[in-house]
Parts: sequence; structure tokens; C-alpha cells
Amino acid sequence: MTTKKQEAQKHEKSEDDESSEAHAYTPGLKVKRAMIIDKLRRLPIPGEVLHKVGDKVNYDTKIARTEISGDPEIVKVAMTLGVEAEDMGRFMLKKPGDKVKEGENIAFYTALFGLIKKNVPSPKNGTIESVSEVTGQVIVRGAPIPVDVDAYLPGKLVEVVPREGAVVQTYGAFIQGIFGIGGETHGEIKVIVAGNSDEITPDKIGPDCKGKVLIGGSLVTLEAMKKAVEVGASVVVVGGVRHQDLTTFTGQEIGVAITGQEEVGITLIITEGFGKMNMNATTFKLLKSFEGYLACVNGATQIRAGVLRPEIIIPHEEKEEEKGDTFALGMVPGTPVRIIRQPYFGAIGVVNSLPVELQALESESMVRVLTVKLQDGTIATVPRANVEIIEE
Amino acid sequence: MPALKKPIEDMQYILATDVGSTTTKARFFHKKDGVWRFYVAGEAPTTVEAPYEDVTLGVQNAVREVEELTGHKLLSPDGSGLILPYDGKQGVDLYCTTSSAGGGLQMMVAGLIKNMTAESANRAALGAGAIVMDVIARDDGRQPYQKIQRIRNLRPDMILLAGGTDGGAGQHVMEIAELIKAAEPKPRLGASYSLPIVYAGNKSIRDDIAKLFKGEFALTCVDNIRPVLEQENTEPARRAVHELFMEHVMSHAPGYNRLMKWTDIPIMPTPAGEGMAIQLIADTFKINVLGVGLGGATTNVYSIVEGRFVRSVSANLGMSYSVTNVMKEAGIPNIMRWIPFKIEEEEVASRLMNKMIRPTTIPQTLEDLIVEHAVAREALRLGLQHHRTIATRLKGVQVQRTISDMFEQAIEDSYVKMMTIEVIAGTGGLLSHAPRRVQPMLILSDAWLPEGVTRMFQDSVFMMPHLGVTSTVYRDAAWSIFDKDCLVRIGTSIAAAGISKLGEHCMTVELTMPDGKTQKEDMNFGDIKLVPLSEGLEVKAVITPAKTFDVGEGPGKPKEATVIGGIAGIMLDARGRPLYLPEDDNQRRDLLYKWFTSLKLYPEDPLKELVK
Repeated sequence: MTTKKQEAQKHEKSEDDESSEAHAYTPGLKVKRAMIIDKLRRLPIPGEVLHKVGDKVNYDTKIARTEISGDPEIVKVAMTLGVEAEDMGRFMLKKPGDKVKEGENIAFYTALFGLIKKNVPSPKNGTIESVSEVTGQVIVRGAPIPVDVDAYLPGKLVEVVPREGAVVQTYGAFIQGIFGIGGETHGEIKVIVAGNSDEITPDKIGPDCKGKVLIGGSLVTLEAMKKAVEVGASVVVVGGVRHQDLTTFTGQEIGVAITGQEEVGITLIITEGFGKMNMNATTFKLLKSFEGYLACVNGATQIRAGVLRPEIIIPHEEKEEEKGDTFALGMVPGTPVRIIRQPYFGAIGVVNSLPVELQALESESMVRVLTVKLQDGTIATVPRANVEIIEE
Repeated sequence: MPALKKPIEDMQYILATDVGSTTTKARFFHKKDGVWRFYVAGEAPTTVEAPYEDVTLGVQNAVREVEELTGHKLLSPDGSGLILPYDGKQGVDLYCTTSSAGGGLQMMVAGLIKNMTAESANRAALGAGAIVMDVIARDDGRQPYQKIQRIRNLRPDMILLAGGTDGGAGQHVMEIAELIKAAEPKPRLGASYSLPIVYAGNKSIRDDIAKLFKGEFALTCVDNIRPVLEQENTEPARRAVHELFMEHVMSHAPGYNRLMKWTDIPIMPTPAGEGMAIQLIADTFKINVLGVGLGGATTNVYSIVEGRFVRSVSANLGMSYSVTNVMKEAGIPNIMRWIPFKIEEEEVASRLMNKMIRPTTIPQTLEDLIVEHAVAREALRLGLQHHRTIATRLKGVQVQRTISDMFEQAIEDSYVKMMTIEVIAGTGGLLSHAPRRVQPMLILSDAWLPEGVTRMFQDSVFMMPHLGVTSTVYRDAAWSIFDKDCLVRIGTSIAAAGISKLGEHCMTVELTMPDGKTQKEDMNFGDIKLVPLSEGLEVKAVITPAKTFDVGEGPGKPKEATVIGGIAGIMLDARGRPLYLPEDDNQRRDLLYKWFTSLKLYPEDPLKELVK
């Protein structure tokens, strides 16, 4: 099914029906050494944009600000006073819009010449939002909560969306991971393994890793993740992680891939998948070549309804001639691909052929396949849905 | 709603699409020699997200594939939609669509009492094809601040508020309403429009409700969902939800304003279309049906029992996006129990996590296929478990029903009993694309444990939602296609309820075959067997259970039935109800292997190699 959809999209783009039949189109993860990167930084609700187009910003520059209404608290005034809701108004000391302090009386009731007295204190600092003579409830709204949006990347503003935010532009390396946890953060890149197949173990993490973006190889163990938190590392980027280790580390099983809000002490990005998996050699080499550079990292991942992959952005000024976009060319013989499912999971190669006819797999499913020439020279036949283009 | 372009009896071509979260699926139907048939399918990625942000692009791509495959021109050259109606050379007479793009219709439901008005409101929302994100009730065990926090964190497309009987005290309903207002929930799509609220509670406080929500929410008041305690009336709320889905939600999703102009009839949420297709089976055969749409993100279960229709949408049970949530909900040991070979739990968990992060991949190896089938059993089991919490009766209550009533009233405990279910029908990628037709038959059997005599159907190429939406205007055409091209008759299951020791007698089945010969099968406990009987053929069966087993007439009592064949045939299932699986891993694996080989479930040699 995937293959069909990919092809259909390709059909739309191709002006040559004959050639389009041989194409397939599977977007992969981006691993780019140099490109222009635009990021729209947007407030959750309308507010004020603090800069203008052309302004230079650092990653921590506040570029937009707003306030969201404070948390409300419901106070059962009529019930506390022991009066009917419709009579409650008479006993209110505050009206909607009035500011109140925690502990300050908002209603007062007296009877029998002052022998019976009841009062209702405000549960928090805030403002009286409503007084309901239907339910006898009063809503006290807490102080507005300020929300700032920072630039995330060092660069300049190239577009301002009035009242919403701005587009920050930078130039640098752009690397997507496949899955991450934890939100936006920053740090200097530090490679802590010798090669892309090496595991990150606790002994490789020392005090000098504080605030750093640690680059590993094939796996990060639970103990190593804990050590990274302990020393105050900022990020761990690695090929794979074991499911059980991640569950223990985050304290919860990942059900649906919508992440980024976890507060576990570090941002973790895996570049290949779950289990022990060598980091793609190109990714490793690229990260290694930028050791010591600042990286802007976001672990947020969302697979459904608006695919969002975790990312590592390394701003730099090193110019490199842009290659043609592999993504736009689709998949043709010679396209570099990565196999993303058993039995060749993780293998890298180039497309050898794209037969049109459906073929039976070992599982007996009849699907469109392609053949891939792997790095060791062997030819593997795999479903088209099980490869992704390496976008370098 | 625009008028149909042609009287239905003059129609020649119908096009239906389903705009799914990842794929837009076009199905093209044609009347040939007076008979409506499925013609061809086209698919393309859904274009609801950036950089496209216009669903009509994906629709055009899918339709273009249909054009390429048929040579029949369908799209207007100026990009304004479909050519309508068919003019003898090009175009279609009817275009309709379902949609679940962008996560479908996501709702929050609120009511007064969890098991009463909130439950009724939940049924109404589900009946409209919504995913219910949370049900807030006065007695749901949460403190007001916790409820407020929850509402603030949710970004629903719509809220359905119910509570109180007509003329009764309104104060508590107002409390819930004030809670919602205080939480200031924001709509998921676009911050610029007011969040729709459907109020279906005590009608005597409508003015207060209107005053409270004025200016901040788009309020629609409809008849009370529980006008009196003994009555549930979900239809007005369901209808309002459906209309608001069109007016507010769809119109704010990218490109839907255009798409709405293209269609001849309103866009319907995918589960609503799917449910209508399952209803077609029940209406046509006048039988009790249990259906399922096992998707990548959700599992939708539908039951029609004695005319009562109930739909449940389990938002996070699915085979790709939500596959790890199935693992989380079911627990990995429950998935492992369906695997007949040795494999580490960590390995299975990693594979499922990898499927979740790359949801469009497909199993290449037999080992991978078996792991996915194991997860499917658990997704289906949990989906039915969820369904049963909704398919319940109101305690000791008289029911007001109309033909259009999507649900029914009911019972304290679920009335979905497998012995009363006569047909099980399945749709969704995993079931429809299973390499052998007997695979969905066993997967559904293992998950749902049918009892007695149960026919098993499945969707051939995923077109139930398309036929469901088509049936709203042209039932006969929809049924013709459904019957001839969509419904694959897999076969019939004959299963005895009860438990015994492995190897002890369970039931005897005597089949009078089409050639007149009698075939007698003695089934011992723990056995499963397939008797070939082609599609369309009927045999008379006399099923005699052992005294502790029941096949529908009571323990030990024989049952006579007409059994209909299918692609797989008749499955005689003496594995027990509940299904018996040994505790010991080796014994369990041996038993699974025995079942799988008996049914020729998978290719023999690779399976042998795996279990070695």
C-alpha cells in the first residue's frame, strides 16, 4: 500500500509516465552537512513579537511573548456559607474582576446578631472571574502565566508572523533522528566513542561531559543514560536503545510516539531504531567532524498526523556546494538507501533494480519489491516499503 | 447539501474516497449489465500536512491513479474537482468521501453521573464516529482541579455535554458547565474559532447554559440524551455532532472547504462509514453481527445485536502508529503467548517499537508476520473488551427507539455474547492483506472466541467506509458491490464453549456434504481442524457436544445448522472457551504449532524451521 501511495505521488510530479513507473519515492531521514534551515517559532496563542525581520538572534533570544490565563480554582461559596445559591450575591465581598490574595475573604455571612459568622477565603492569589447564583460557585483565576518563545537557533529573523512568532534562519548541518525523548536544548558536541559500532557505557561519561551533546555508536545502556543525567550532560545521540532500558529510564512505557515533554534530565535521540544498532556511518562521521561545535537539539517526535522527527542542528559557516535533492528525484537505480526492517534491518546499499511485477515474500505477501546492492556486494530483495532513501 | 446530479437509477459510475491519516484511498464503482461492481482502486498519500496542507491534492492523486488504470477521465481539467455527472464519455455520477485525516473527530464528553448521562453521551459521540479523548463526570473520582487540568491539556474538536433529566434540578449540570468554561479548552485545529459544544442535557437550564457559554463557545442545544432516567435518546446529539463535524472541524482542516464543494453528500468520519457497511450485513441477513476495523492507529468495533447498533473506537489500539500501545495495554506476555517459537521479549518489544517509528513497513519474514499476527489478536481482544463496556443496557429500562437510532439501550452487563453472534466481519490492512485467508479467520477466532456456529467475513481491499457512505444515498448499489466484491466469505467457525482436559472428547460434527456423503468429525479437546467447503456451498451439520460443552442449545445438547463454506472452509474448533493455552512455555508452543500446521496457517517448511 505504501509503495502505491508513494508511486501515486511520484506520478503527480513526473511528466514522463514511462519513467515514473520505474520510480518509487520513500522519504528518509535527512543527514545534511550544510543547508539553510528555517524554523518557525510560534506562540501557542496570539501575543507580541519582540523582534523585526533582519534582527540577529542567539538561540536563547526571546523573540515572542504572550500570557495564558492562569489556572482557575472553583470555590463552593454557597455551600460553605450554608446559603442558597441565588442568595449568595448578598454575602459576596468581592465581585467579578476584583483582585484577591490567598487567604483574603471573598464572602462573609453573619446571623443571629453576629453570633454565627462564616467566611470564605480565597484559595489563591488571583482575580474573581465569575460568581454563579445558579451553582453557588465562585471561580478564582490565578495570575496569568507568561509564555516566551526563544529563537532556538542562532541566526536572523527572515519573516515575522504578526502576533504569532517569526521564522529564524540559520546555516548549518541538519541531522534527523528516528525517535527521541525530551525537548529543545543546546550543547557542545562531544564524541565519546571510537566508532559507530561502539556502545556508550557509564565509564565513557565523566564530569567533562557536563552540558555536552554526547555522540555514541550503537547503543546506550540504562546505566549510561543515568550517568549522563548525573554528570549534567545535555543530550545523548546514539544509534539505538533497548526498549526495556528506555522504559526504566523514563519510568513509563512509550505507547504512542508523541514525545518531547518528558523531563528525564537529558534529551535522547536515537538515529536508527530500537535495539543495538550501529549509527549510520555517514551520520557518525558528520557529527564527529563537528566536535566542539554548538548543537541545537530537539527530541520531540510525532509519528502520526504531522510527522515530526527529532533533530540536531549544528550552525556553522563552512560553505558546501548543495547537492541535488535526493528526495525530489525519487528512488531510482543508484539511489542510496537504508533497509528498515528485518531480515536486513540497518543494512545500507544502493538501489539495484525496481521490478514492476509483484513478488512473493517469505511471509507469502505479494508486494512490489526492489533489489538493493548492499555494501558487501550482495544483492537483497526487499519490499519497497521497507527501505528509506538516505538523504545526504 | 448539494442535490444529486442524476437520479440514482440512471447512475453509471460512482467514485468514493476515504481520506485516511496517511493514505487517501479512491474506489471506483461501475454499473455493468445492470449490476453494480467494484471497478478499480487508486491510492495516494494524504496531503493534510505541510508542505501541501490541502487534502484535495491527495484526493486528486488517488483519483488520477484510477484514471491511469482505467483510461476513464474523472478530474476536471481546471482542478475544480470531479467531472459530474458522467456524460457518456467522462466523469462520475456520484462522488462521496469519508475522512479520518488529522486524527479524525476527537471529542471530549461530559455528563453528570459516570454510569448514566456520561455513558449515554459517550455512546452518542462514538455513534457519530468520534474518538472520545476523555469522559468527565461529577463522580469520576477526580477533584475539580484535576478535571480542569485535564480539560486544559486536551485540545478536542468538540465537547458533548449532557446531564440531568428534563425538568429536574440543574445545579449540578451547571457545575460541570462552569468547570468546562473555567478550563478554557482550545480547539485542536486553529486557535481562531470558537470550540463547538453540544448541550444535550436538562432542557430547563438551556438559557443558563447559553448565558454561560455565550461569546466563548459555539453552543448547540439539542434534545436531552436522557429526558427521563429510563430513556436514552442519543440520536439528536449524534446528529448534531455529525453536523458540527462538517461545519466546524472539517471546515478548519486544510482543504476541506474545497473538498466539501466537490462531494455530493456530506463528508462522513471514517468509522461512521465503516459502521454503516457493517450494518448493511446485519440489515440484509437480519442477523447479529460483530465487526471490526483494525487500522494502523485505531480499532473500531461494531456490534449489531437484535437490531441494536453500537460502535466503539479504541483510539490507541492499532497495528502501526499505535502498535506499541497495544503492547503496553495488553502486556508483552499476552503477545508472546501467540508465538510458537522461541524469541526474547526484548526482541519482540524492539521490533514493535521499530514498527511504530516506521509505521509503513511490512513484514518480510515469516517470523515478523507471526509477531504482527500475535499483536493483532491482542488489539482485537482489547478492542472488544472496550466495546463491551459501551454495549451495555440501561438497568431495567424501557427503550425508545427509532429506525435511525444508531445505538441502543441496554443492559447493565454487556449483551454482546459470542454465542448469539452469527457473523464476524473484519476490515483493515492486516486482515485484508493477510497472505492466506485462513489467517484472519484464526486471528479473529483467537481474539474474540466465537461460540457455536459463526460465519466469518472480511473486506477484500478495504472499501467498507466507501460503501458505507455510498449506502446513505444508494443502498442497492452499495449492497451489490459489497456482496459481490467487498465481502470475502472466509468460512464458518464451529466452536464449543467449555473446558476439559487435552485429548478428551469435545464434540462430534456430522456434515452432509454437497455430494450427499456424510463426513463425521470427532473433535477432542485442544483440536482444531479445517474442513474444505467452497464459497457458496451449504452443508447440513449436526453438532453434538460432550456433556460439559455447549454449541448453542445448552450443555451436551446437539445443534443442527446449515453451514456455509468459504475460501478457507469450515473451522472446527475444540480448543475450549475460554481458549486453553498451557502455562508451560514449551507445551504452549507445541500446541500452537499443532494448531497452525493443522490449519495450514503458514508455509510449512519455514514454520518448521522457526520452531525447531
